[in-house]
Amino acid sequence: MSEDTNQTSGTVKKFLYVNRRAPHGTNYAQEGLEVALIGAAFEQDVTLAFIDDGVFQLKKDQDTSDIGTKNFSATYGALGDYDVQKAYVEQESLDARGLTGDDLMPLVYEDEDDDWEEKPMIHIISAEEMREIIDQSDVVLNF
Amino acid sequence: MLHTVNKSPFEKNSLQTCMRLSKSGSSILMLEDGVYGALCGTEIASSVTECAKDRNIYVLGPDLKARGIDQSNLIEGITVVDYDGFVKLAAESSKVQSWM
Repeated sequence: MSEDTNQTSGTVKKFLYVNRRAPHGTNYAQEGLEVALIGAAFEQDVTLAFIDDGVFQLKKDQDTSDIGTKNFSATYGALGDYDVQKAYVEQESLDARGLTGDDLMPLVYEDEDDDWEEKPMIHIISAEEMREIIDQSDVVLNF
Repeated sequence: MLHTVNKSPFEKNSLQTCMRLSKSGSSILMLEDGVYGALCGTEIASSVTECAKDRNIYVLGPDLKARGIDQSNLIEGITVVDYDGFVKLAAESSKVQSWM
């Protein structure tokens, strides 16, 4: 692992951003999204995980006009522009909350290795698969 | 008596405790992240449905809208109120307990 400690130039690490909080009630979701965008701007390998109440962050049709806060849910749509390609949602968390994939925003990215084809960013996975994703990351940031 | 719950029932047990310790005939208002307790098809929906039989359960509309929850996806028997309705509930109640 000695090469992993070399951060002087061009080192790309696998950053996992774990989102476990609902949006709007606290700042965690918005802060997590902003930090993930910063990681992407520094051209790191960014993966987002949505677990527990974090799955509510991706709910379609959020409209904060009546509660007087910023509707940052629109910002998730910018992740693809920052070349974020992977967002994993735990199936078990959706099930517990009565949600399905159809309830989530259809986030996409353009794949530069495949003629800029638009591809879905969100993948719904099992707890078992999520365990592997967490295990395989170099840096885990929790929000 | 009016009880308010502003925490997600999937993260804290505020709603569950409120439902356990509120009396028949009292009112419960879900607001902020508490509105997730009004969603149908969740792992806690059956206990909320049971509670709604003898308590008046309300949910704050602007907080549902902010979270993208359509009113057609709520547990039956829950009433949506706006801010004026919230004020009316509070004014009509002798006491308010907020389960944080």
